[in-house]
Amino acid sequence: MLGYALRRLVLTVPVLLGISVIVFLVISLIPGDPATAILGSFATPENVERINRELGLDRPLPVQYLTWLQGVLEGDLGRSYSLNRPVLDEVLERFGPTLILAAAALFLCTVFGLAAGVVAAVRQYGWADKLITLAVLIGISTPSFFLGIMLILWFSVDLGWFPTGGMYDLFGDGSLRELLWHLTLPATALAVVATGVVARLTRSGMLEVLRQDYVRTARAKGLREGRVILRHAFMNALVGIVPIIGIQAGFVLGGAVYIETVFQWPGIGRMLVTAISTRDILLVQGGVLVVAASFVLINLATDLIQVALDPRLRRG
Amino acid sequence: MASTLPRRTSAWARLSRNGLAVVGLAIVVAILAIAILAPLLPLADPNVTAPANRLLPPFSEGAWLGTDQLGRDMLSRLVWGARVSIAVGVAATLVAAIVGSTIGLVAAYFGKLADNVLMRGVDMLMAFPYLLLALAIVAALGPGLLNALLAIAVVNIPFFARSVRGATLGLVQREFIEAARLSGYSNARIILSELFPSVLPVIVITMSTTVGWMILETAGLSFLGLGAQPPQADLGSMLGDGRNLVITAPHVSIVPGVLILVLVIGINLLGDGLRDVLDPRLKSGALSRPVARTAVAEGRTSGTGDRGALLEVRNLRTEFHIGQRVLKAVGGVDFVLQPGESLGIVGESGSGKSVTALSILGLVPTPPGIVAGGEIRFAGRDLLRLPMHDLQDIRGNRIAYIFQDPLTTLNPLMRVGHQVTETLVRHQGLGGSAARRQAEELLDAVGIPQPRTKFDAFPHELSGGQRQRVVIAMSLANRPDLIIADEPTTALDVTTQARVLALLNDLRRQSGAALVFITHDLGVVSELCERVLVMYAGKVVESGPVGEVFAAPRHPYTRALLACVPVLGEPERALDAIPGLPPPVDDLPEGCAFAPRCPLAMAECRRGEILLARTGEGRRSRCIRWMELGDA
Repeated sequence: MLGYALRRLVLTVPVLLGISVIVFLVISLIPGDPATAILGSFATPENVERINRELGLDRPLPVQYLTWLQGVLEGDLGRSYSLNRPVLDEVLERFGPTLILAAAALFLCTVFGLAAGVVAAVRQYGWADKLITLAVLIGISTPSFFLGIMLILWFSVDLGWFPTGGMYDLFGDGSLRELLWHLTLPATALAVVATGVVARLTRSGMLEVLRQDYVRTARAKGLREGRVILRHAFMNALVGIVPIIGIQAGFVLGGAVYIETVFQWPGIGRMLVTAISTRDILLVQGGVLVVAASFVLINLATDLIQVALDPRLRRG
Repeated sequence: MASTLPRRTSAWARLSRNGLAVVGLAIVVAILAIAILAPLLPLADPNVTAPANRLLPPFSEGAWLGTDQLGRDMLSRLVWGARVSIAVGVAATLVAAIVGSTIGLVAAYFGKLADNVLMRGVDMLMAFPYLLLALAIVAALGPGLLNALLAIAVVNIPFFARSVRGATLGLVQREFIEAARLSGYSNARIILSELFPSVLPVIVITMSTTVGWMILETAGLSFLGLGAQPPQADLGSMLGDGRNLVITAPHVSIVPGVLILVLVIGINLLGDGLRDVLDPRLKSGALSRPVARTAVAEGRTSGTGDRGALLEVRNLRTEFHIGQRVLKAVGGVDFVLQPGESLGIVGESGSGKSVTALSILGLVPTPPGIVAGGEIRFAGRDLLRLPMHDLQDIRGNRIAYIFQDPLTTLNPLMRVGHQVTETLVRHQGLGGSAARRQAEELLDAVGIPQPRTKFDAFPHELSGGQRQRVVIAMSLANRPDLIIADEPTTALDVTTQARVLALLNDLRRQSGAALVFITHDLGVVSELCERVLVMYAGKVVESGPVGEVFAAPRHPYTRALLACVPVLGEPERALDAIPGLPPPVDDLPEGCAFAPRCPLAMAECRRGEILLARTGEGRRSRCIRWMELGDA
């Protein structure tokens, strides 16, 4: 297991390099003179010269990339012109809130998606299954930004149960309770689509597993149905579902852009939207790079969880 | 071409039978029609502002859906916005489909380096959180509807590339591609005229599952202000405008939001339906799971029975209801088993022997299986009508099963030792260490070397013979009164078969358990069993003591089965299988089911029901000409 983990860890290096290449190449997509475009309204002659020097825009592309990569590895993601501070500082400051939001949404979609999928499969064609299938259909068709607005309208404006946005109260105590109170609506809005996807795939995974011979064996042993479903069927279905949850982490990290905008959550998503409108390309680049790298690590984690669940995957 | 026509019609017919898909189609067609016909509809100009009429609520005069913050008519803006959103979403889907499918086709067709380079590139795109890469692209190209379209298309390319590559890989090796290559067709021509039409269904399925997202995501970029720029508006930018007014004028955001929701629901319903039609393997209805216990039709227990018997099966009828068809797998089987007795059930595949055995503990999969009638009395209790909890107390405890393939019958994720202790804990209430000790003893008793180490092994780490030994250990764990073994050695190699059978036989005799042994191997039956039941097309055709039945069969089917057994030292003996096939059990002929294959069949054999006749002490035969079968 440890050997597999190490091998798998080594394999993430080329993926991270590939990501860095794509993120770097995004700059070359910029039409016209990149330095002017990157700087936008900050394009004073000194700044243009500085960015040309930083990015080495007069040199061949591979050389530019290596120079840039060296900077990245040294923790230098360049300087944000609109904020006038190092990109890395800003990105790290914004990353925490996004991680909290995404983790909460991932937790919700995992718990509710798995539960709904298992119930639907066990009660296939029953009313619970039909209800869940309908809810899943609506869930995966819901634009999360619209749902976010509606949640604010119902639960914040009409009912007054939750705040309309932000991560803490302006003059609050910054307690965990206060955070959870602010987190509930955005995490829910962010989790709905992913919950539907997880539920749908859990249902079909369970249906597949429930027909397997070892489930019949478990029943032939006289085990109670609860144990047959959870210990024998669900654990086997989970092996196939864990990577799906990993993919949902990607959708949740991306979808955070909408939710952070709707709920004024001080995360990286809202930072990116602002940075795009102010044409602060280096800030966008740094933000995307950090989030994408964290997604690679999440995928690594789901891979390892899958292998921990299924001993057959440990070979090779 | 004539042959493809009916198939297409039936695809349409199948789609139209799927109620939800039809609803989806109706929604999509309705919204599409309105969007396309927008210029012809009597709508207000969507861009004319009227500050006096700003934020009118819905159902106001002259503005059904109210007006927005600039006094523009919401209904008109909705229709025109939907037009833009759909056009952009569909265009993004087409771009992604064309580029992605090309990558998939080229990668699979050329293989090797091209495949490696292209698919690694696709993997890189997949390594990004979906929307984030789109944002980076928009950031570089600048906000705008066209750039949003491109960005969303790019991030969807991997879905097409992967599924098309997968579908193409299976085709590239096929004969018609090879033939095209040999006839000197150019690569481009083979890809376009041979491969592309074959993978088109895959492309259509992928389009139908992604077009909904793409409409959502392009609307999302507009919502963030990165897509449609004023005065141009799509559903997303309308929603974005309404967001700040949500408290004072919620309709400005609700109206476009609901339309996106309804449109995407329609697309998803239609997409699911299309997928079911184009890819029947995925059809949800085909995947039904068995419930905890076979369904039993209403019926009464006679309440009387053979008091001394361990197991008494009376007129058991087990059926499979598949669509309109009723497969009568077991059509009225009777037998009695005394304590400690061993009974072999033999017959060809599909004769109903396994279903008979599975019916005993309610392990026939429902759906589609159902016990349509009969009684199964175990130690005087009717198993078919026993409460679930009581049945579970008998399963694995008083009656144990050994199934055919030990690789699939053991849980692949559980250590084999735990699969043994599980049944000890369940039925004997043993604690952890006591259960482990006993499980190790059991593993030792079934001849597994180093039982302490092997306790912690996973099934895939054991050989086939060892796996089946584990299954035998599991079945013996609670010293059952009856063991049902369903072809327990067919998955093993010949030498292992003999050893496992000998082990099973010894352990069963020591424990004094009764045995029901299901097999098509008559030799094994004569070694292991005292009595034999020969089944054909769901019915018992002959029964009696093994030695007598095999020495002097009283049914032509038994005689034919015996003729198929190879005999050592008689290589010249004809090993012909019985000519013909068993009748389909949803369409049994009248009279004797074996008559169509029987050399002795006459007109009377095809009339009325043939009953089991007593042919000697403890012997029965379902043949009206049994007396003519001389002693072999």
